[in-house]
Amino acid sequence: MSDTILKVTDVTKRFGGVCALDNMNLELEKGEIHCLVGGNGSGKSTLIKIISGFYKPDGGTVEFNGVLRQRYNTMDAISGGVQVIYQDMSVFPNLTVAENIAITINKSLKKKFVNWKQVDKLAKEAFDKIGVDLPLHELLETLSVADKQIVAIARAIMNDAKLLIMDEPTTALTRKEIEKLFEIIKNLQNRGVTILFVSHKLDEVFEIADRFTVMRNGCHVITDTTENVNHEKMIYYISGRKLEGNNFLFDAEERDTPLFEVKDLYLKDAFEAISFKVMPGEILGITGLLGSGRTELAMSLFGLYPPDGGEIYIKGKHVTIKSPQDALRNKIAYVPEDRLTEGLFLLQSIKDNISIANIDDMRTDKGAIDELRVNADAAKWQEALSIKLGSLDDPISTLSGGNQQKVVLAKWLETAPDVLILNGPTVGVDIGAKFDLHEKIREIVKSRTTAVVIISDDILEVIQNCNRILVVKKGRITDELSNRDLDEDKLVSIVTSKD
Amino acid sequence: MLKKLLKKNEFYVSVVLILLIIVIQAKSGQFFTSNSLVDLARSCILPVMLTLGVMMQITARSIDVSFPAIAMLTMYTVTAVSTAANYSGPAWLLFVIAALLGMLLGTVNGVLAAWLKLPTLIITLATSSIYMGILQGVLKCRVIAVMAQPLERLSSTYLFVATNSQTGLTSPLSVLFLLMLGVVVLVGVLMRYTMLGRGIYAFGGDPVSAERAGFNTVFIQIFVFAFMGALAGLGGMTRTVLTGSCQPTTLNGYEMVCIAAAVLGGTRLSGGVGSIKGALLGVLLMMTVNTNLILLGIPTYSAKFVTGVLIILGIGISSYQALRAKKKISGVILEEETEEKELAVR
Repeated sequence: MSDTILKVTDVTKRFGGVCALDNMNLELEKGEIHCLVGGNGSGKSTLIKIISGFYKPDGGTVEFNGVLRQRYNTMDAISGGVQVIYQDMSVFPNLTVAENIAITINKSLKKKFVNWKQVDKLAKEAFDKIGVDLPLHELLETLSVADKQIVAIARAIMNDAKLLIMDEPTTALTRKEIEKLFEIIKNLQNRGVTILFVSHKLDEVFEIADRFTVMRNGCHVITDTTENVNHEKMIYYISGRKLEGNNFLFDAEERDTPLFEVKDLYLKDAFEAISFKVMPGEILGITGLLGSGRTELAMSLFGLYPPDGGEIYIKGKHVTIKSPQDALRNKIAYVPEDRLTEGLFLLQSIKDNISIANIDDMRTDKGAIDELRVNADAAKWQEALSIKLGSLDDPISTLSGGNQQKVVLAKWLETAPDVLILNGPTVGVDIGAKFDLHEKIREIVKSRTTAVVIISDDILEVIQNCNRILVVKKGRITDELSNRDLDEDKLVSIVTSKD
Repeated sequence: MLKKLLKKNEFYVSVVLILLIIVIQAKSGQFFTSNSLVDLARSCILPVMLTLGVMMQITARSIDVSFPAIAMLTMYTVTAVSTAANYSGPAWLLFVIAALLGMLLGTVNGVLAAWLKLPTLIITLATSSIYMGILQGVLKCRVIAVMAQPLERLSSTYLFVATNSQTGLTSPLSVLFLLMLGVVVLVGVLMRYTMLGRGIYAFGGDPVSAERAGFNTVFIQIFVFAFMGALAGLGGMTRTVLTGSCQPTTLNGYEMVCIAAAVLGGTRLSGGVGSIKGALLGVLLMMTVNTNLILLGIPTYSAKFVTGVLIILGIGISSYQALRAKKKISGVILEEETEEKELAVR
């Protein structure tokens, strides 16, 4: 076919004994928006790096624009018109917007000197092409993630992209920013640019894609148009199993007293008049848009932003939470939103990450750390949460996102908390692992000795796993809902409505 | 605009500098006299040359503590050999040789840092020790009081001599001030108008992205060390000429002066941020303290104390601001201001 821009045929790639890609096939048509879907570790990143010339395949062929690529490196790919926007976007935080766009172009033209007028001109031209306007002389580190993304796109376009590959570009964006991004992507499509959009958020796939390809364990599963499949089928393709999404239901017993109670909690510039109760064994959901104050509330409950007013009760006892140490002492545990920067010691081993929150209890009589207990505990949690890993001594960074999140969970469960606060527990986790995590959370409350609070903007997650849901807007609780007769559309409209 | 200014380190250093000058002038009336100003200018020649190199290195995420050793080793070698050989050619040739020798020693640092990916502080601690060992052990250095003719002549070549009409004190400005200006212009052009200079900033900002953009990051790292080595060679010769004799260990501990001046001038230790303006301001502030405190009746040995306080003040203010900005809760939207913001972007 003449309108095929990229054809990957039977590509295989091994790292040591692990087969990352196994006879993978992918065909992109000129000018389409194609979504590449798959769980963590399914080989998406490896495939991208093959296309971008970063890796050399062990077997199979890559054909770009009808030309078979034999010896192929990143520079060849770039000059051929392949541009990749990685998750970190490869931008320079310390340089201006304009220079970020111009610097790669100047480099690829092998320039030796910089003409600053031309730098501005290039940047303006790039913004004109994608129809946006950003301040040219602002330092990139002062921009929002969404704007950085736009800069990265502008740069790719100026480098004459024919195929633009975007690796999970929406991870840190708000709903509005995503809409804006999609607008830009559609605009690029009209200009004849082919887009390979990598994602594991299904809503996005259905919204933006013309066609999609699912891969699993390094293999091609299916390529089809989005009209031909529905959500359930897609989940089945991605995870390889049927995931039953039944709702978590809960009935409080008469004699129960609230395990966790918040009265009139107030933090200046963030939220006010926050009151709620959580029964033992209950899973309470708190949801709201980005900027609604939900994250700040979560951090306040754990003492990271000590509240300016209000009261917190645990098992009916009044407690003061002014720091995470206070929270821990009162058996409150907190799983943060961003596990990479807030939840894990990335270079440390898996077992050390599991034991760290409870390290004081792991001492021998002489005060040294009891390695045997550290090992035993780590092994216990590995089994309990079915964490997939090579060795407990490996650095945590070797794990996939879902398994990393399980380690964070294990760390806090080890402290035997009364109250477990989960802030965005499945952000950046693939569908299979997400399902597992939800199962584990439900197991935690089964014995009715723990109260769980899930703070999330993932509407489906909240409905399926929380028996009661609070909606936060502009720092206030506006609605309290039961998940018994609630569906996604209804909750979305409540969360996004302006009153 | 003002807001932007208030975030810059350079701004606070300027304020501190101006205040200090006002105090000195008010107390002694001696700051704005021709000879004091010339003294200040002369005292800046060496630290400016070296601090610019340090600024480049820190911008490229590297710390070098070996450049004083390089300066002393090259300075001694060149002076000793030229003196022993009764060298009578042009003095500038000796400077070029010193720069090349320094560049060679700097390249050793750079290669170790870039290829072996070793931490630069450790490498340069080691090479510094090696260079000093060569200087003191192998070469058995001694003070050279009378140097080769061209160097002696150069040390009494002045641009002009300033005389204080009140006190009658005179201060000559060495011709090497021009060399310093040359270095300033060179580094300025290099950092602002060449792709190599922008590559240094890019590398400092994000090494992985710099590599993806096609920069030769190994070369960039070697280059900053080699360049620092060359500046150290020039600096060593400058020191010899300014003092009029070659004292082999005269620059011991000088790395701290330059690193402090660079950081005071807003160079970010984590890399990617550093300016010529800032580095110059940093040096100027430190040298004003060094040469002028005596005018306030503060003994010179207290200068170190004051320098330390100034560094904490100078970099403390902007760090404190950054810290406060971080603590402030800015994520919550209590008003409907988002719409406008989004529109502005469009």
